[in-house]
Amino acid sequence: MTETEIQSPMPARKVTPIWSIEFDLRPILLLPAIALVALPLVGTPSTWLTLTVAGLAMGMIIFITASGLTLVFGLMDVLNFGHGLFIAFGAYVAVATLGPLVNWTGSPELWRNLVALGCAMLAAMIAAAALGAAFERIIVRPVYGKHLKQILITMGGGIIGEELIKVIWGPSQIPLPLPEALRGAVSLGDASLSRYRILAVVIGLVVFAVLAWTLNRTKLGLLVRAGVQDREMVEALGYRIGRLFVGVFVTGSALAGLGGVMWGLFQQNLVPQMGVQVNVLIFIVIIIGGLGSTTGALIGALLVGLVVNYVGFVFPVLTQFASIGLLIAVLLWRPQGLYPVVNR
Amino acid sequence: MLRRLLSNDMPGSRILAVLLVLLVVGLAFGPFLVPGVKAINVAAKVLIFIVLVASFDLLLGYTGIVSFAHTMFFGIGAYGVAIASSVLEPGWQSVAAGMAMALALSCVLAFVIGLFSLRVRAMFFAMITLAVGSAFASLASQLSDLTGGEDGLTFSVPRIISPGFEFAKPLLGVAMDGRLICYYLIFGLTLVLVLAMLRIVNSPFGRVLQAIRDNEFRAEAIGYPVVVYRTMAAVIAALFACLAGGMLALWLKYNGPDTSLSMEIMVDVLLIVVIGGMGTIYGAAIGAAIFIIAQNYLQDLLALGNNAASSLPAFAALLSPDRWLLWLGLLFVLSVYFFPTGIVGTLRGTPERKH
Repeated sequence: MTETEIQSPMPARKVTPIWSIEFDLRPILLLPAIALVALPLVGTPSTWLTLTVAGLAMGMIIFITASGLTLVFGLMDVLNFGHGLFIAFGAYVAVATLGPLVNWTGSPELWRNLVALGCAMLAAMIAAAALGAAFERIIVRPVYGKHLKQILITMGGGIIGEELIKVIWGPSQIPLPLPEALRGAVSLGDASLSRYRILAVVIGLVVFAVLAWTLNRTKLGLLVRAGVQDREMVEALGYRIGRLFVGVFVTGSALAGLGGVMWGLFQQNLVPQMGVQVNVLIFIVIIIGGLGSTTGALIGALLVGLVVNYVGFVFPVLTQFASIGLLIAVLLWRPQGLYPVVNR
Repeated sequence: MLRRLLSNDMPGSRILAVLLVLLVVGLAFGPFLVPGVKAINVAAKVLIFIVLVASFDLLLGYTGIVSFAHTMFFGIGAYGVAIASSVLEPGWQSVAAGMAMALALSCVLAFVIGLFSLRVRAMFFAMITLAVGSAFASLASQLSDLTGGEDGLTFSVPRIISPGFEFAKPLLGVAMDGRLICYYLIFGLTLVLVLAMLRIVNSPFGRVLQAIRDNEFRAEAIGYPVVVYRTMAAVIAALFACLAGGMLALWLKYNGPDTSLSMEIMVDVLLIVVIGGMGTIYGAAIGAAIFIIAQNYLQDLLALGNNAASSLPAFAALLSPDRWLLWLGLLFVLSVYFFPTGIVGTLRGTPERKH
């Protein structure tokens, strides 16, 4: 045989892992760029540091809630307008869990607080996962592939869920106080960094690390990523993408529940409408990131968190439009989002 | 003549025709049939919602795109009239000026949102409008110098439609005052606007919209620029919603975030369109009437059920009149499953679309 190389008509598309050189770094560089631009606008470096940590914390929380939604969309082309329900439900379950643990949350010892918080988060994740499984079975499964119906019926499911939350926990605002040792702030030079926000950043990083590891280093993650790229091909190779999808949906719901607890602690009170409110932010984030992309969702969430906090400080009136302005700017730059998923 | 007036879009079902005639007659003579303040308020709200819901149906039912910012345009219309009437001298000029400003703003906003988000995928439109709509609602409550914030604006309407204006002795026990004139003004406007929308959806333009809804690629392939048509549909729907908002402000002599901008109204509109029947203007009319009447009178029924079930607290909480949206949401989900064409579609025997 001669050394003729069989050239495929099209070069195979390489999936670039985040650590490779070819990885598109420009969206990530956007983060420090925005932070630097904000520095002279904010003025004092200490305020800037406080705002930056707040923004990163908020971004991390949004990312946790958004990651499930964007994967579900990427994998199955299902956009869940009822995703906010899991967020609200998780937060309310956390309130119910933290109620009896008042001795532990009220204790000044940090480890007791963290254990109580851990219990609440675990309970919220389990409850949200169970709700997610039911939601997928009853609401989402009958409308695969029908976009209009999906939007309508997941919205309907969200409305019913919100009303049920009102039935169980009442329609008015209920407080979700931070555990004793997590209140207050740590001062770093002139800047004061809220303890809870630092914790939120840490939890966010852990969740992202676990997600990234699962997606990039396990067989399961490989299948999910392959499914996002080309669902039919994965099916043709003999994998039951339906089951995979249910798994991703339930995991996404659990993460939304976790995010709900963190969001509730961030705001320190809960309203039944919180799901819809957070959902708005999540949608912005996943559009910015590129629908279906986890890395994009992370960058998008951090961008939104930073921009909302800076703008909220510099031009308070424009806070509500900060995230939308960012969305428009990003889409003008990259109409498919920061990290477009190829086949969509 | 009637066929011409209805743009050749006949009800197509005897029951539907009867229902529509009942609706028109009921609304036309409503203030005399059921005297009382509550009845006339409900009737006016039905009229306004018919326009609002039908305009939403232009988007959802006829063009196949979902907007969650529809109440934004409703609110712009209402705020336009309210702000102009409270800043300028109250009178028809300021109402007209406010309405014109509101229409211009709605037109520009709808155009920009549509052009921006309909370019990519229809689903983007749903997500982006949700974001824009909620941002606008909170902006309206923040700009309290202009909009009155959470408290809203109370203003005076032109004298001829204000309750203090009595032009004749009471007839059949109904006061002949400006309120009644206002009601019939809204009635007339609603009739004209609904017929106009019927005309739009049955025009060649409306057919293109339906073609896009049924098969986007094919419509594009035949040579209709999908983005342009969708954006035009979004603008037209926004203008009608804006007019409905203006009527609401005139009727209430008040406007605030909760009356015209809130997410609850958006949800109501969505429920009405789907339950009434997507893709039919008549569905919007029937749906709005049933919904608003149910909202105002069925809650009393739920209250009865609540009292009856008071021995079982958990069950009673489900039947509380405040939780009526729960039952409506269930009805909504069930109707998306089992009656995807809604009341009107079921009456007409329209087959379900394939997607």
